[in-house]
Amino acid sequence: MEKITKNDVHPKIVEALLRDTNITVEDALENEMILNMGPQHPATHGVLRLLLRLDGESVVACVPELGYLHRGYEKLAENMSFYEFIPHTDRLDYLAPMANNVAWALAVEKLIGIEAPPRAQYIRMMISELARIASHLVAIGSFAMDIGALTVFLWTLREREKILDIWDILCGARFTNSFTRIGGIANDAQPEAIAKAKWFIDQYEENLDECERLLNSNRIFIERLEGVGVISGEDAVELGLTGPSLRGSGVEFDLRISKPYLFYNDMDFKVVTYPEGDSLARYFVRADETRESIKIIRQVLEKMPLGDILLNQPKKVLPKKTEIYSKMEELIHDFMIVNFGVNPPVGDIYSAVENPKGELGFYIVSKGEGHPWKCKIRSPSFVNLQSIPHLIKGRMISDVVAIVGSLDPVMGEADK
Amino acid sequence: MSSLKELIIQKLKDKFGSVNFEFSEFRDELTVLFDKKNVVEVCRFLKDDNELQFKLCEDVTAIDWARSKNRFTVVYHIYSIKNGFRLALKADVDESGCSIDSVSSVWETANWEERETYDMYGIIFNNHPDLRRMYMPEEFEYYPLRKDFPLMGIPGSNPLPKK
Repeated sequence: MEKITKNDVHPKIVEALLRDTNITVEDALENEMILNMGPQHPATHGVLRLLLRLDGESVVACVPELGYLHRGYEKLAENMSFYEFIPHTDRLDYLAPMANNVAWALAVEKLIGIEAPPRAQYIRMMISELARIASHLVAIGSFAMDIGALTVFLWTLREREKILDIWDILCGARFTNSFTRIGGIANDAQPEAIAKAKWFIDQYEENLDECERLLNSNRIFIERLEGVGVISGEDAVELGLTGPSLRGSGVEFDLRISKPYLFYNDMDFKVVTYPEGDSLARYFVRADETRESIKIIRQVLEKMPLGDILLNQPKKVLPKKTEIYSKMEELIHDFMIVNFGVNPPVGDIYSAVENPKGELGFYIVSKGEGHPWKCKIRSPSFVNLQSIPHLIKGRMISDVVAIVGSLDPVMGEADK
Repeated sequence: MSSLKELIIQKLKDKFGSVNFEFSEFRDELTVLFDKKNVVEVCRFLKDDNELQFKLCEDVTAIDWARSKNRFTVVYHIYSIKNGFRLALKADVDESGCSIDSVSSVWETANWEERETYDMYGIIFNNHPDLRRMYMPEEFEYYPLRKDFPLMGIPGSNPLPKK
């Protein structure tokens, strides 16, 4: 953090900073200062830049500046086929790439009007929930690290490592998976991957308890979070918060329940809510949600049917590799899909799933061509970040890292 | 669910008799197209109506159709947590006088969503409290998601900051 003067900041940002404040100061330069936090700052979880207007140590106003990781994925999507965009979804919320893959596949399938076979959907459910656990583990760990509790970070990352190992077996990649395909998934879940997932869910809760014991009885941790960054349920909806940040304010909104996709309506789990709406409640929601995910994965593994993992619809779904090499028809279809795309009907759809960070939506406009005419990514981190000025106002500067950590933004997704 | 669609259509027609609504459905989702000058009152009504309660504004964006008349369409996706129902609102915007009223007074979420749309498409949102660029630097002169902006970018359009 460095002290900067008004001349170093763009005049429009200065104007936004100095707007709507109820503190009147005789001589602004004497008492107030503008502090630039980020974009290179370990506690901002990426390249988030916050401009803080301080009166002593308390924050009078805050203006977040985004765009330091803007890669223009929406523009790129307009220039590539639906299949080609799958690897790019990995790079949105890079802590839960599997969940993004599932979201994109579901959106395109909704546009085309097809549905993946049941086994593929069950595997998708399994990987989304594992992704949720992995993402929440990083969220809890880095959140605690921001507050000053370093050990938890090492312990939660140890658990996450086991999930990455499952993904390693499942699709060969640990981080940027690109596992789903339009109409199914890339390959069937191997017995080793299933066995590893079973082993993971059996030992997970004990380890989470261990991590939680480090935090839940830690006085410094509790006192730095309790009552910090409070937002009421009504305000949270108004500001568009979704995911754990909204449920930490007592609003029972979860797309897995209220707009069920995949087979979530067959699963027995509850939506975790805490009424307090402060940073501590958001942490509790995340920790409890991983327990619910374990419950879902257990049911998924029990109920998972046998069968195909890719839809057999040659005009819309890429055929299997072995068939392309041995059959003429499949070769032609493969050639047509790769070169001209799947050509969904003219229309537009909005499809949203409950991602670890909140509601990830894809709005796709099709003109009947092989590539989307427009693709809008409604990323949860972007919308959640909008509440930061609201949460920070009037708090101390040391609360800023706690509040940013409690919202758990990922800039890859917020900046697109 | 279908009764809710009929209810929305009926309510909108009853409340705004003079407004010309076009209802369409694709993949089981209802879309309402209407004139841009009514956008704030329609949104306000949908949010405050006791039965509908579209309290959550999920997304605001625009589509560039690359055509001469009504080049852009601004799209709002709103969600009613009470009914578990999603509705898409659309309003056409012409290229000349490229502007539409801001709904950030209705939903606070729309503030950043509209800033992003302005940044990417150059659509001015009237009465917006803080219409700055969201991602691109303030000095940037182009609107990247417009169809006439090339994928490779324009050389020299985004200079390094002065030191």
